[in-house]
Amino acid sequence: MSTLINGLCLGGIFALIALGYTMVYGIAKMLNFAHGDIIMIGAYAIITTLSLSGNTIAAIIAAIIICTVLGILTERLAYRPLRGASPLAVLITAIGVSYLLQSIAQLIYGAQSIPVSIGSFGAVSVFGLSIPISSLITLALCVIIMTALTLFITKTKVGIAMLAVSEDRAAAQLMGVNVNMIITLTFAIGSALAAFASTFYLMQIPSATPTLGSMPGIKAFTASVIGGIGSIPGAMIGGILLGIIEKFALSIPALAPYTTAIEFSLLIIILLVKPTGILGKKRREKV
Amino acid sequence: MVIKMANSKTSEKKNNHLKYYFNYLLVGVFFLIFFILDMTMGLRTSTTQLLTKIAYSIILATSLNMIVGFLGELSLGHAGFMCVGAYIGCFCANFLHTVIPSPLIVLIIAMMIGGLVAALFGFLIGLPTLRLKGDYLAIATLAFGEIVRTIFKNLSAFGGAQGLPTKRYDKSLYIIAFLIVFITLFVIQNLKRSKHGRAIEAIRDNEIAARAMGINITYYKLIVFIIAAGFAGIAGVIYGHLVTPVANTFFSFNYSIEILVMVVLGGMGSITGSIIASTLLTFINVQLTTQLSGDMAALKYLIYALILIAMVLWNNAPALSNVREKVSLHHLLAWFNGKFSSKKPEKDSQTAVENAVYLKEEADWKKIPTKIPMDSILSTDIKPDRTTEADKPEKSSKQ
Repeated sequence: MSTLINGLCLGGIFALIALGYTMVYGIAKMLNFAHGDIIMIGAYAIITTLSLSGNTIAAIIAAIIICTVLGILTERLAYRPLRGASPLAVLITAIGVSYLLQSIAQLIYGAQSIPVSIGSFGAVSVFGLSIPISSLITLALCVIIMTALTLFITKTKVGIAMLAVSEDRAAAQLMGVNVNMIITLTFAIGSALAAFASTFYLMQIPSATPTLGSMPGIKAFTASVIGGIGSIPGAMIGGILLGIIEKFALSIPALAPYTTAIEFSLLIIILLVKPTGILGKKRREKV
Repeated sequence: MVIKMANSKTSEKKNNHLKYYFNYLLVGVFFLIFFILDMTMGLRTSTTQLLTKIAYSIILATSLNMIVGFLGELSLGHAGFMCVGAYIGCFCANFLHTVIPSPLIVLIIAMMIGGLVAALFGFLIGLPTLRLKGDYLAIATLAFGEIVRTIFKNLSAFGGAQGLPTKRYDKSLYIIAFLIVFITLFVIQNLKRSKHGRAIEAIRDNEIAARAMGINITYYKLIVFIIAAGFAGIAGVIYGHLVTPVANTFFSFNYSIEILVMVVLGGMGSITGSIIASTLLTFINVQLTTQLSGDMAALKYLIYALILIAMVLWNNAPALSNVREKVSLHHLLAWFNGKFSSKKPEKDSQTAVENAVYLKEEADWKKIPTKIPMDSILSTDIKPDRTTEADKPEKSSKQ
C-alpha cells in the first residue's frame, strides 16, 4: 500500500514532466529532448536562490522564471531556425541542446551531487499509513495543473489557436494564427511545468546532479507515449502508471535491478501494440 | 545546356568512382603511415591504442551512418549493439582461450560471434520496431540500448556491475582493427552503390513513393539495421580486446550520442565525412580525457553539443540556404574560375561566365524541393459538390 502511494507520488512528477513533453510534441511536433535538462536547471536555480535568500517560495518562483526564459530561449535559438527542416535534424538539435545544458551545469556546479532541503511538510497518517504531505501536494497540484491546462486549451482563444496549430500548422497560419508565437508559448508553458516538476523532484530526492533530468526526462517521455502523446490526460495517466510500476518493481528484490529495463520494455511493447498510446488519437498517414 | 548536363553527368560518374576509391585511399594512407612508423621505429602503446580506438570509431560511425544517413532513421541504440557484441564476443573469447592457443584465431572467431549475435539482436529489435518512424524509433532504440545495458549489468555470468574481465590483445590489434575497417567500407560502399543502396536511399527520400514503386520497405530497413548492428558488434569485440574489463557504463546512452556526433559532424550520408570526423573526434576525445580532469571533463560534452547544434543548424536551417549556397564548394569553384579566367583572354572568361551561369542554373535547379509535398497535392478530397461550386464562379466570370 505504501508502495502504491510512493508510486503515485513519483507518478505525479512523471506526469508533470510528461505534460510538458506532450504539449510540445502535440503542438510543435518535435521531441524536446532537452525537457529533462530544463528540470535539472530548475533544480539548480532553486538551490542557488535558496542559498542566497533562504526563502523557499522565492526559490520556486525564481526557478519558474528561469525555466520559462530558458525554454523560450532554446526554442528561439535552436529550434525555430529549423522550422520546416526534417524531423531528424530537429531531434538531433534537441539532443545537442540537452547535452549543452548538462555540460554547462557541470562546468558551473560540478558533477558531484549538491544536497538541498526544501522545507519538509511532515506527514499525515491515514489508516495507519504515513503519507508525506509533499506527495499529496504533488498529486493535487498535478490534477489542478492538468485541469487548468485542459480548460486553457479548450476554452481560451490562445488555447484554441494551439489546438489549431497542432491540427494543421499551415491552415492555422492562414487563419491568422501567429504560429511562431503559439509555439514559443507552448515551450514557455512546458518549461514552467518543468520548474514545478523540479520543485517536487527536490522534495522527494533532496540532491541535484547535472544528469538529474535525463533519466526522468526519458521516463516521462515513455509515460507520455504510454498515455498517448499529444493528449493531456494521457500524459497524466501514463505518468502515474509508470510511477507505480517503477515503485512496485523496486519493491520486489528480484526485479529491482531490472527496473529500467522493465519500464523501457513496457515502452517498446506499447509502441508495438498500440503506437498511439492509451488515449492517443490515431493519425492517418496522408499520401 | 543539355550537352552540359550530359557532360556533368559523366563527370559526376567519374567523381563517384573517385569517391569510391577515395575512402579506401584515405584509410589506407592513414594506416600505412602509422604501420611503417611502427615497423621502423616502433610506436608507443598509447599510440597504437589510439589507432585502435580510431579504427573502431570509424566502424561505428560508418555503420551508424548507414542508418542515419542512408536510411534516414535515427538510432540512439548503437552503443547497445556494441555492448551485445563486446559482452558476447569477449565471453566466447574467454572460453576459447582455454581451447585454442593462438590469440589471433580466437579474436577472429570472437569477432564473428560478436558480430553475428549483434546482428541477430538487430534483427530481433528491428523486426518489431521498424514499424515505427522518426521520434518513436529513436526512443525505441534508446530504450533497447538501456535495456541491454541493464541486463548485462545484472547478469553475474558477465561479471555484473564490475564488468567482464577480458584478455587484452597485444599491440598489433590496430592492424586487425584497420583490416576490419576496410571490410566495413567494402560492404557499406558496395551496398550503397548497388540496386539495394538506391532502394534504401529512395526509402529515405520518400517512403510512400518508394513503397509505391514496389520497394520492400521492411526488408531493406531490416537489412540496414542488421548490417549496422553486426558491425557495431564487431567494433564491440575490438573494444573488448583493447580495454579490460568490459564495463556496462561505457555503453551508455552517452556513447550512442558520441557516435551520432561523429556522423553528424562528418555529414549524414557521407562515408568520407564519417571517417574523417570519427578520426578527429576520437583523437580530440583521447587528448581531452588525458588533459582534463574532474568537472572540466564536461567540456568534452560541451564541445559535442555545440558541434551537433551548429552542424545541424548550418546544414538544415531553411533561412541559411542562401548563405549555404554561396559558401558551397560549387560556388567557390566557380568563383575561383572567375577570378583566374579574368586575367586570361576573353574567350576563357566567356566560358567562365557560362560556367557561372550554368552553376547558377544548377543551383536554381537544386532549390526545387525534391520532396514534393504530396500531402498538399493529393489529400484534398475531390467531391462532385465542391468542384461544381468551384466551377460556378469561373463560369459566371466567363459569361
